Amino acid sequence: MSDNALTDRPQVTGPPSAGPSLARRRLPRWTPALVVLVSVGLGVGGGSLAGWESRVQQGLIAALLSVIVTYALTSLVEDSRQARDKVATSVVWVCFAAAVVPLVSLAWTTVSRGAELLDGYFLSHSMGGMTNIEEGGGVYHAFLGTVEQVGLATLMAAPVGLLTAVYLVEYGRGRLAQAVTFFVDVMTGIPSIVAGLFVLAFWNLGLGFGPSGFAGSMALAILMMPVVVRSTEEMLKLVPNELREASLALGVPKWRTVLKVVLPTSMGGIATGVMLAVARIAGETAPVMLLVFGNPLINPNPFSGAQESLPLYVWNQYKLGNAASIDRAWAGALTLIAFVMLLNLLARGIARWKAPKGAGR
Amino acid sequence: MSPGPAAPTPRAPAHAPSRTHPEKATDTMAKRIDVSGLTAFYGGHRAIDDISMSVEPRSVTAFIGPSGCGKSTLLRTLNRMHEVTPGGRVEGKVMLDHEDLYGTSVDPVAVRRTIGMVFQRPNPFPTMSIYDNVAAGLRLNGDFRKKELDGIVEKSLKGANLWNEVKDRLGKPGSGLSGGQQQRLCIARAIAVQPQVLLMDEPCSALDPISTLAIEDLIGELKSRFTIVIVTHNMQQAARVSDRTAFFNLSAVGRPGKLIEIDDTERIFSNPSVQATEDYISGRFG
Repeated sequence: MSDNALTDRPQVTGPPSAGPSLARRRLPRWTPALVVLVSVGLGVGGGSLAGWESRVQQGLIAALLSVIVTYALTSLVEDSRQARDKVATSVVWVCFAAAVVPLVSLAWTTVSRGAELLDGYFLSHSMGGMTNIEEGGGVYHAFLGTVEQVGLATLMAAPVGLLTAVYLVEYGRGRLAQAVTFFVDVMTGIPSIVAGLFVLAFWNLGLGFGPSGFAGSMALAILMMPVVVRSTEEMLKLVPNELREASLALGVPKWRTVLKVVLPTSMGGIATGVMLAVARIAGETAPVMLLVFGNPLINPNPFSGAQESLPLYVWNQYKLGNAASIDRAWAGALTLIAFVMLLNLLARGIARWKAPKGAGR
Repeated sequence: MSPGPAAPTPRAPAHAPSRTHPEKATDTMAKRIDVSGLTAFYGGHRAIDDISMSVEPRSVTAFIGPSGCGKSTLLRTLNRMHEVTPGGRVEGKVMLDHEDLYGTSVDPVAVRRTIGMVFQRPNPFPTMSIYDNVAAGLRLNGDFRKKELDGIVEKSLKGANLWNEVKDRLGKPGSGLSGGQQQRLCIARAIAVQPQVLLMDEPCSALDPISTLAIEDLIGELKSRFTIVIVTHNMQQAARVSDRTAFFNLSAVGRPGKLIEIDDTERIFSNPSVQATEDYISGRFG
């Protein structure tokens, strides 16, 4: 063993004759927690002393401090390789915190401000016969509108999207498939207001129909379709080719192979994808504003007359700007978030229930 | 897994073919295959070149040769699975008894019902139970009577020496079985549609020696009813299970594979007529 290369390393313990020890001086395991605690204390305390009141400023100071202190401490006690490692780790943690803090703050604000008004009365009443500054009223008409519009949009977009994805993965070859892929990509990037304007020009101005939930759901379907195509495509590509070959080799025609082997195998993922697309369009405001128009009364018929929808309700109530309506806006926002989250949970449930069972390969 | 008592139940095909649309109710199910001047392409690449050979009915024919020499490609041309690969294309003739598989009015789906296939990696359908996996071929073809299905599933699983291991858990997912059991499940699935020829593409290469032995025993039993073609990299396996052996080789990388010789297995392994065969078999290759 050539130990002369390592003799200048700090040695803490180890039998003297057995060559260089593998042990190094280490910081105790609770050091990172202490560093964070101290830097947050310094950030908040020092910031307040210097007159920087903003929480953002104080947070940034604390983050910067914790990275610097970590580096200094580690390079003093351990070695430079460990110091670099620790700095990378702490930068990752700081980024994680920077991503999570706004999310938690958003959820917290919505829940704390929306929960006081959100009850059975709020969910079961409309804004019919109310002046704008009155307290009370509810979200029922908007919730009903959102469910109907999103439901209709899904009925239009999901089958088309699913079949498009089946075409692209199972049948599409050559120019046509390339063109379809290209246009799906382009559609993914369409701003929602453009989809709304398209339906407005085609359906309302061109064909002369008035605003309705159905007009809105057409725009939502345009926005939803590429998302469904993309997610379904990915799921179908995950199905091993061997399963298709196994089925074909049994003398099963291709369309039955797709229907009975490929689609059931990927059904869980497809359902998740569709649900996520639904969640995405449930929060769309711009096309709804143009095409559904808004209505304080309950209109259960999506095919005739203006309707309300949750995002539109939130926008309108917030715009009114008095205490009662702003409370209603927060409660409406909470309803929307809860609805979307429920759909997400449902999608996960379906995915787990439908996933191929038994030991994986 | 238990090694499976080699209780042979080689009841010759005394059962009447219970399928509803047999082209001809033949009592001898196995058929012979004659390949002549067969060339297969992947796009512009020529994978195998001008192959002519014949496969005898009710016997096991083994394909051996180095990787990339086109054994699997040739196997896949025999039930028109080659053209499933994008760019796959075939020239030449494959005669099943007196019918050209590549004739203009031949339906590839019908060909695959007649000529079954077992793949290298066990591939049971993950969404289906053991029972449904075996019944899949009949069910997906819409070609069954409910009453008969139980009997066919049992018979196929017995035929694949798997019945005793799974009879108590037919409703469990097929992917929960061990690798060797899964492969026998795939064989049961393939023979459930009562094909006349069974193609096996390295059926044991993903299995341990005990499972391999079980499959080899099974091949020995199945050859009384089917024409079997097996691709293998394992020379001992070819010597153990096959009656005839075909040796393939390619002159250089990127060149198409060629049939060097086909003969009785004993002759190929004792004194082959071509030097390259002897070199390959004795490990003095290249």
